[in-house]
Amino acid sequence: MQSLQMRSRGRNYEAELQRCRPEVALVEFGDYHPLKPIMVTDTKTRHGARKGSTSSSSSSSSSVPPDPLSSMLDGTDPLSMFAAASASETPAISRSASAGDLGRKRKEKEEEAVGADFEPWSSKRGEILARFTTTEKLSINLFMGSDRGKAPSPGSSAVSEKVRTRLEELDDLEEGSQRELLNLSQQDYANRIEELNQSLKEAWASDQKVKALKIVIQCSKLLSDTSVIQFYPSKFVLITDILDTFGQLVYDRIWSMCSDPRPLPDSFTVDDVNDTAKETCLNWFFKIASIRELLPRLYVEAAILKCNRFLNKSGIQETLPRLTAMIKGIGDPLVAAYTRAYLCRVGVEVAPHLKDSLNQNFFDLLGTFRQIGGESVRKQLALQRVEAPEYLTLYSPAISWILQCIAYRAPEPLLTEMMERCKKLGNNALLLNSVMRAFRPEFVADRATDFIGMIKDCDEAGFPKHLLFGSLGRSLACADPPESERLTILNEAWKVITKVRSPRDYVNCAEIWVEFTCRHFTKREVNTILADIIKHMTPDRAFEDAYSQLQSVIRKILTYFHDFSVLFSMERFLPFLDMFQKDSVRVEVCRSIMEIFIKHQLDLTRDPVILNAMLHICKTMHDSVNALTLEDERRSLALLIIGFIRMVSFGRDFEQQLSFCVEARATFCNLEPVLVQLIHTVNQLAMETRRVMRGSHSRKTAAFVRACAAYSFITIPSLSSIFSRLSLYLLSGQVALANQCLSQADAFLKAAVSILPEVPRSISVEGKLRSSESFLLDFTNNFLAMLLVVPDHPEHGVLYLVRGLLNMVQDYTWEDNSDAKVRVYVSALPLLAAMGQETYVYSVPKVDSNETLYGGDPKFLSEINKLCETLIGQILDHLKVLGRDEGTRRQGALAFSLFGVLLAHGDLRNNKLSQLAVNLWNLSHKHGHCEPRVSVRTLEFVKHQAQQPDMSHLSDTVQRLTLQSRT
Amino acid sequence: MEGVVNLQLSSKSVGVFEAFYNSVKPIQLISSNIEVAKAGKIPGGKTEIPFEFPLHTKGNKVLYETYHGVFVNIQYSLRCDMRRSLLAKDLSRNCEFIVHCQPQKAKVAPTPVNFTITPDTLENTRERSLLPKFLIRGHLDATHCVISQPLTGEVVLENSDVPIKSIELQLVRVETCGCAEGYARDATEIQNIQIAEGDVCHGLSIPIYMVFPRLFTCPTLETTNFKVEFEVNVVIVLHDDHLITENFPLKLCRV
Repeated sequence: MQSLQMRSRGRNYEAELQRCRPEVALVEFGDYHPLKPIMVTDTKTRHGARKGSTSSSSSSSSSVPPDPLSSMLDGTDPLSMFAAASASETPAISRSASAGDLGRKRKEKEEEAVGADFEPWSSKRGEILARFTTTEKLSINLFMGSDRGKAPSPGSSAVSEKVRTRLEELDDLEEGSQRELLNLSQQDYANRIEELNQSLKEAWASDQKVKALKIVIQCSKLLSDTSVIQFYPSKFVLITDILDTFGQLVYDRIWSMCSDPRPLPDSFTVDDVNDTAKETCLNWFFKIASIRELLPRLYVEAAILKCNRFLNKSGIQETLPRLTAMIKGIGDPLVAAYTRAYLCRVGVEVAPHLKDSLNQNFFDLLGTFRQIGGESVRKQLALQRVEAPEYLTLYSPAISWILQCIAYRAPEPLLTEMMERCKKLGNNALLLNSVMRAFRPEFVADRATDFIGMIKDCDEAGFPKHLLFGSLGRSLACADPPESERLTILNEAWKVITKVRSPRDYVNCAEIWVEFTCRHFTKREVNTILADIIKHMTPDRAFEDAYSQLQSVIRKILTYFHDFSVLFSMERFLPFLDMFQKDSVRVEVCRSIMEIFIKHQLDLTRDPVILNAMLHICKTMHDSVNALTLEDERRSLALLIIGFIRMVSFGRDFEQQLSFCVEARATFCNLEPVLVQLIHTVNQLAMETRRVMRGSHSRKTAAFVRACAAYSFITIPSLSSIFSRLSLYLLSGQVALANQCLSQADAFLKAAVSILPEVPRSISVEGKLRSSESFLLDFTNNFLAMLLVVPDHPEHGVLYLVRGLLNMVQDYTWEDNSDAKVRVYVSALPLLAAMGQETYVYSVPKVDSNETLYGGDPKFLSEINKLCETLIGQILDHLKVLGRDEGTRRQGALAFSLFGVLLAHGDLRNNKLSQLAVNLWNLSHKHGHCEPRVSVRTLEFVKHQAQQPDMSHLSDTVQRLTLQSRT
Repeated sequence: MEGVVNLQLSSKSVGVFEAFYNSVKPIQLISSNIEVAKAGKIPGGKTEIPFEFPLHTKGNKVLYETYHGVFVNIQYSLRCDMRRSLLAKDLSRNCEFIVHCQPQKAKVAPTPVNFTITPDTLENTRERSLLPKFLIRGHLDATHCVISQPLTGEVVLENSDVPIKSIELQLVRVETCGCAEGYARDATEIQNIQIAEGDVCHGLSIPIYMVFPRLFTCPTLETTNFKVEFEVNVVIVLHDDHLITENFPLKLCRV
């Protein structure tokens, strides 16, 4: 191909800009404009429409036309219309709903009667299961169907225990079979019970009602066994689950029996129940009444208490007191207490309005209280080697539950009466504890001082006092005692807490009281408490077992102290943090602190206390990062640290800020995103300096911005991501140039060029491997745009950087079959064209670009032209190659883009050039891959251009450009 | 339809009473036969044939309530026979029905019965001196009970040297068969209900509550040939397995 001289046409950027600028039209206020903010002024309409009124209560004051979205809706939006419709339809739906559905609904309604503020049993359940555990071996003893007791089998001693269990496991739950499962761990035990629950359901489903009843009876019999007493509360929870299942099954069955033509309404009366259902129900009660043993009889009858509704109106009302009285026959006080709890639970669920039997239960409980210290209990404890305080805590779930049922929405006088009764009993610590847990926190808080007095009077040997204070603290955390008493309360309580010996008990209690302290007192008191906790937890590294409590302490403090200068001025706060010595916990704590910091620290800060502490915390987080840390983990840690760095500002003290960044870089060297942020911060700092100096640096500030540049320059290479390096080099180069640091800018750009060959062909983006080509193209285009304003280095040749870049591009191993290289060449042409202009399209203030350096020197221009020539030659060669290799589509596209560049930047008065342009046009249309619309638009543009003064030569060219569609 | 009283002798008394074996043959209370459908073909599908019986007793016999005991059984049953043509077997089906008597009395005024049990009140002890000390008090609300109402009352363990293992209510039937020449009296347990388990709190009233089981109880019956009576035992089992029993004869009736 002929060597071709590329001549760029002269440009008058000012005039072009003028021409391009659209006419300015002022928009009157109130006129419609698409970008005007949409104001929704009509929010009340919906309610109005729902009430049936048609008047729109629009409160709009401006003449803005209504929001198109809301105007469509005509008052009510479709969602609320649905809501309104479904609200009125529900009864209709429920009538046709299945029995199961109704059952659920019924349940919901019952819960409503109790109210949402009643803490349901289900929430206690898990707590009890988690708290009362044992490592001892348990056993389940089931005799199915026979009351004859454990048959003495003389032969069994000869058989080993294991074989015996296995043999027994072979037996099914058949009539008369007896199973004794020994040596069960707690988990096994729970699994067994769950199995029983399943087999109950199966038996029920397969219509083996008698078997189902037997399972239930056997299970409730297990509750009379108090061996492994520590596990008793959990056992109670597991077994009452089965009873609940049973109760529900029986109820549902009878309910469905009388729902034959149509389901029974929720508020059915005895008259709605048919005779068969009544007879079945009565039969259940007769069967249960003949259960030999007391405990199963009580439990099972309580379980189906609800079924009394089918028989007569007053059934529940009469049964509850009777069952309550029957519990008196249970000798073991613990078993009795839990039976009462179950009865109360069922009672509250079935008939929440019947409060009397609840109260009676409690009074009976008080009546039998002396048994707890009795002879037989003591013997049993001695046998099982359980300490009295531990034994007493076993009662607390049951008693708390009973009291909670009583205290729920109970009038004040009743609560006072209960308290009085509790006071009368000697060893009332256990009761006191339950009272504090169950009664309304406000009630307790109002009498906090009294309670403290009572706690003090309690018997030291019995129930542990720290638990009492724990319960009191829990109430005080929810409700505020009278202002005047607060300090005394805290002092009194802490006097006792601090004397607790066992670190575990201590920290459990202290954790609760931290909340009260944070709520009402200042950092001084909190600090004291922290100091005390540290003192208790440090010996023997006791903190190691109490991380969760200590974490909760931190969490509570953070909830109440959002002012970090106050927080960190607590002397003991950081030492407290030092107690978290397990890495994972430590990082978690730091993380939670950081999250709060980022959320609540609104102002930039330079407070040395905060900075030091935060740096320390961030360093901890940073140091936890290692090779095994997950990518996500790194990212979130980096985000938190970045959040902190962004909050640091030393105002006008730029040097201090820079030295902070230096320190931060040293500290957080392992987290790249943080380094990137630091470089941005420093660049910003340089620009801020420039703004303050209004563009002209003094000697001192010049030195400072050079220092900033140096900071970036030495930080960037430590990044591993090549593209962040590239873009940061470019960015820092721009900043340096803006601050008149020519040699630094040069160095940045040179560095960028020199690492270009390192760019891998593919990079991983969000875990997927993608070609890096498009990123690289973007970067080079960006880079080229920058190069226009960079003055040539006096010691290197003309266009040193441009040549350097193009050489790198040429040597880079592009993907096979890729036009990327040529694309870079095409985009370099506009740069070269722009460089040839007398005045550049943009420049950096106070920096002389090549326009001034060379002043339109013909030598410079010819250099440029030579370069253009080479580039165009290369491009045309590539086009030829493409033509050979069936790459016609790519050829067309490339040819068209080169045509565009020539049209925009080339001097088409030159015949050769205009001939080339026409050839390119034809080439791009040759294979018909061109988008016709684009061609038409281009042609129109050229015609339009031709009408401009001194562009008339274009009209010839236009003549020679033909559209494919016309041919 | 047929109503029969079956009397049976317990094995232990068989030898003695072989002499008047005749007296224990079943007593038929009622018996009647009716034809509910004439001979003919029953159409396919479900056919319901209504019927009714007047309950007329045989001779001067009385209709007793249904009762299932060990030695005395009062049972009423319906049997339906369908005779079929020569080649097919006859079909037959039996079904028991239950007879409840008309209320016998208008109202029973409950008269509470108090009791106190101490070592001194016990009969039938071998070594009174070895007995631990205890004092149990209580009352039954009535011994004249309505069969559809539970037996109620209360027990109070005032004090006891030895812990209690269990307090139980034992419902016992006393069936007597025989006639003027002699009779066989047998007491058997119907049910046993525990009302207290373990070492109960002293001084606390423990409720006595027992529902009379259906079928196994009937109003107290006295006839010339047999008697059905009921008793309740309050049984206190001490921890050293001493058994203390206090017996109360009951009179059951229907109101």
